[in-house]
Amino acid sequence: MMRGWGHLLERDQVARPDNTELTKEDEVSGIRVLVGTRKGTFILSSDGMRDRWDISGPHFAGWEIYHVKGSPADPNRLYASQTSAWFGQVIQRSNDGGKTWQPVGNKFSYDGVPGTHQWYDGTQHPWEFKRVWHLEPSLTDPDTVYAGVEDAAMFRSVDGGQTWQELAGLREAKGHLWQPGAGGMGLHTIVLDPSDPSRIFIAISAAGVFRTDDAGKTWRPMNSGLKSQGELPDPEAEVGHCVHRIAMNPARPDVLFMQKHWDVMRSDDAGASWQEISGDLPSDFGFPIEVHAHEPDTVYVIPIKSDSEHFPPDGKLRVYRSRTGGNQWEALTKGLPQRDCYVNVLRDATAVDSLDPCGVYFGTTGGQVYASANAGDTWAPIVRDLPAVLSVEVQTLP
Amino acid sequence: MIRVVLPAHLRTLARLTGELQLHVDGPVTQRTVLDALEATYPMLRGTIRDHATQQPRAFLRFFACKEDLTHEPPDSPLPDAVANGTEPLRIVGAMAGG
Repeated sequence: MMRGWGHLLERDQVARPDNTELTKEDEVSGIRVLVGTRKGTFILSSDGMRDRWDISGPHFAGWEIYHVKGSPADPNRLYASQTSAWFGQVIQRSNDGGKTWQPVGNKFSYDGVPGTHQWYDGTQHPWEFKRVWHLEPSLTDPDTVYAGVEDAAMFRSVDGGQTWQELAGLREAKGHLWQPGAGGMGLHTIVLDPSDPSRIFIAISAAGVFRTDDAGKTWRPMNSGLKSQGELPDPEAEVGHCVHRIAMNPARPDVLFMQKHWDVMRSDDAGASWQEISGDLPSDFGFPIEVHAHEPDTVYVIPIKSDSEHFPPDGKLRVYRSRTGGNQWEALTKGLPQRDCYVNVLRDATAVDSLDPCGVYFGTTGGQVYASANAGDTWAPIVRDLPAVLSVEVQTLP
Repeated sequence: MIRVVLPAHLRTLARLTGELQLHVDGPVTQRTVLDALEATYPMLRGTIRDHATQQPRAFLRFFACKEDLTHEPPDSPLPDAVANGTEPLRIVGAMAGG
């Protein structure tokens, strides 16, 4: 494989014009893209140039892999959520960057008597565990990992996934009023605040955003400013909003961005209030939202035509980038199909790396994984024909 | 010894090839066979029976001696041919296709 100088550069470093050998401290060993699909996990690996890729997989062939994510504290520690309509939930753990895996604990028992939530017919329905949608490893401890599950609840493991305990205070935040959408009532987003280990943001479809400031003991809804006209009897209800995804730049943890069912939103006060920033997007419906690794006001969304037509407007797959923290958006199209494209991009299927320029990645329900090594200016597929992509995560390896 | 045939996905999960053999103390029933299976292969816990309810998962079937035993009570004796190891208990994923 050809290797240029770019693959050795951490951000903010400058290439040496004389091509002298870089020190070991300068090296970035590469990029690892973790892809969860309807029929297994795939691991895509490259050096820092991000132009040639090795593909391994399928791991767990035939199983739905809702999410795979690596520990920021130990990049060789990976967690995967493996699920099946036949065999239920399995959690897999790797200690060698995905070369080998071991099944760990899969017992997700709600704390105490789990109670009930709203059901489709207006009655109350008991909480029932179905699957793990999202795994979020701790920023500092490889053995601590959070799980967002359906029916919506938050679990934590402090022993590398062997055992799981519910953070049951979350369901006390008006859980009896939460109601599943057509896709199920899943806790799909977990954002850890790097400046305050006690603060965690989560999002649930269809309940909204919630925040804890005491490491998960107590939670409160953070949905002020969201408007769900046509979806809720009270469009500004405290809970019930169909939040699809929230994202944060770690350098500015009080600023959050949200892709809601409809509307792209922003909060400058850690979720206490939200303002719409959809601006000039062709559609403000979509699933993922992502923030540039080094530019906290550069935000990415992938507009989808509507909630009944889950494909890009006009058959053109376009990532939209705002460099102004919202409202003004530019279409990024180079290298993406601009005709006859009717795939979807799901909520957990985008990610950014931390190289400079920032790499941006997303996977589609058509099985393509696209990458941009220049913050979205141009795109190329890493792989085109995987099963439908459910999740994409990226590790920038030391 | 009790012979058990697992579906392919569970053989992979348990790192098995072919059928397996289990020792079961006392009466040979669905429950005692599954208890022995999960004790020997703990990674299978929760994949055949729900953790909370201990009910078999909806899309699994239990076949033996050309009979569907899925809906037999879990404490009913399995056929003698299973108990004496002549025939295996087959755990089968329900058919799905399109």
